[in-house]
Amino acid sequence: MDFMLSKQHEMARSLFREFAEKEVKPLAQEVDETEVFPRATVEKMAKAGFMGIPVPKEYGGQGCDILTYAMCVEELSKVCGTTGVIVSAHTSLCCDPILTYGTEEQKQKYLPDLATGRKIGAFGLTEPGAGTDAQGQQTKAVLDGDDYIINGSKIFITNGKEADVYVIFAVTGTVEKRGRMIKEISAFIVEKGTPGFTFGTKEKKMGIRGSSTYELIFTDCRVPKENLLGKLGEGFKIAMHTLDGGRIGIASQALGLAEGALETTINYVKERKQFGRPIGAFQNTQFQLADMATKVEAAQLLVYKAAMAKATQKVYSVEAAKAKLYAAEVAMEVTTKAVQLHGGYGYTREYDVERMMRDAKITEIYEGTSEVQRMVISGALLK
Amino acid sequence: MKIVVCIKQVPDTKGGVKFNPDGTLDRGAMLTIMNPDDKAGLEAALRLKDQYGAEVTVITMGLPKAEEVLREAMAMGADKGILVTDRVLGGADTWATSQTLAGAIRNLEYDLIITGRQAIDGDTAQVGPQISEHLGIPVISYAQKIEVEGDSVIVERQYDDRYHVLKAKMPCLVTALAELNEPRYMTPGGIFDAYNAEITVWGRADLKDVDDSNLGLKGSPTQIAKASDKVRKGAGEKVTLDPTESVDYIIGKLKEKHVI
Repeated sequence: MDFMLSKQHEMARSLFREFAEKEVKPLAQEVDETEVFPRATVEKMAKAGFMGIPVPKEYGGQGCDILTYAMCVEELSKVCGTTGVIVSAHTSLCCDPILTYGTEEQKQKYLPDLATGRKIGAFGLTEPGAGTDAQGQQTKAVLDGDDYIINGSKIFITNGKEADVYVIFAVTGTVEKRGRMIKEISAFIVEKGTPGFTFGTKEKKMGIRGSSTYELIFTDCRVPKENLLGKLGEGFKIAMHTLDGGRIGIASQALGLAEGALETTINYVKERKQFGRPIGAFQNTQFQLADMATKVEAAQLLVYKAAMAKATQKVYSVEAAKAKLYAAEVAMEVTTKAVQLHGGYGYTREYDVERMMRDAKITEIYEGTSEVQRMVISGALLK
Repeated sequence: MKIVVCIKQVPDTKGGVKFNPDGTLDRGAMLTIMNPDDKAGLEAALRLKDQYGAEVTVITMGLPKAEEVLREAMAMGADKGILVTDRVLGGADTWATSQTLAGAIRNLEYDLIITGRQAIDGDTAQVGPQISEHLGIPVISYAQKIEVEGDSVIVERQYDDRYHVLKAKMPCLVTALAELNEPRYMTPGGIFDAYNAEITVWGRADLKDVDDSNLGLKGSPTQIAKASDKVRKGAGEKVTLDPTESVDYIIGKLKEKHVI
């Protein structure tokens, strides 16, 4: 067993770090404050190949492994949680299901633009009544000639108004399963500008404030039937499988936030003086930092293990759930401690840890709450 | 068009500098980067490749570890990498380095050779022009803009308060300034491709038409009397404000640092 990263991965990390420091960090505070989607940064990331890291080269991607992609989200999130989730939602929730379930025509049509960042991707599963209970979908798609007509709405959609290509889930009928009638859900690729597809309200959020989180509204929205993603009725499976991958992205975001808060705090406690000494000279500070660093490293190992599992295993739900559960909780704990160690300054928007703590909270909620992760993990234990 | 770009792995100025007992740099013990002027030269070559189509070969002389800087250049888009490494080449000054690189480049076909103006470790700005001298080709130094027109290059050469526009027939050598351009980032896929690619490794025996007396520490006329690390200071921050704003700015900074 070897915990050393390959030279390629080390070089990729140095690339992501350099990019994050130069291009992302200087804007992080402004992006949070103004809640403006960092379009120029996304264009730079597109140029550098960050929008299609695990997409094969034949579809315009970089052809790298999931670990490289996870490290990209990690390094971006170290300095800006918003930028991290833009890449994560685009890659894991839009490129990945098209790559995994799309027909050759769909892959050829959508992936080259997505993987090169000319277009941005999003994913619409959540509805007002269907959060953790994804089966509670109300959005419907009815076949009419050569089109499906979609009616309904989706909420809390990351990259909402900024995206161009959306993977949308809708009820296409009912099926019997173990003697019970349940909803049959299917997935569709919907393009921005399709008549009947509009945007509702923009969410005002606690954190990741630069990410564009919108309601999507479908009113008699006609989508050609060749935009059905996967087979009819496969939607729930596609959604769950996609979220398994998405959780690795969010776990990487959480990991990055925790690492960023830890690094910032280490620098701060060396400078900040109280009682004539840097606060880093006090044992309380030292022990807090030791605990934070240990947990961050444990989270990193779980995240990297899950990334490797996605590359080598067909099913990696448990690994992804453990990584997301732990990394998200570590992110919340470490960023909270980071604010505490910064004292009053940490509570102000002048200091990055305040933003990091707000950004961290969502990692315990989206793409499956911590409670859902515990359900996935315990479900596998008690099978 | 065939372009050869000479690059050098140099100590990262953010890391510590360590010396060998003879006063030369202990390169194996330091954090390293691609020399900034060389990186701009590489970017200029890659832009010519994007614009006109070209084969870009990067070459470096150094320890086996210098392979990393070639991989980095290839991850940015260079086509081939050549590492010139041999114990007998160690401790070279600019004369011996330029002799070595010229000896290696004699094995290659080229229309244009680009080097950085100078390396941030030695700061001599001699190697590029010396290579051109050994190869008997024209040199244009301090390039702030490079264009190709037919079989010639047109270069804006930076001067104190102006620039000169010079035209030279290829093959020729151009030394590039870091201000020439903003080098592109590597791409993630490019990094993996670069590590799958073969790097050509040449030793003393592969150098063409070079005498042993011009190589390595023995072939170096420069003698280092003493070398020491500078006390490093941060780059600082420059602002242009009127006097009242300046006072507010300084007080703000002092408060931010908890000095007052």
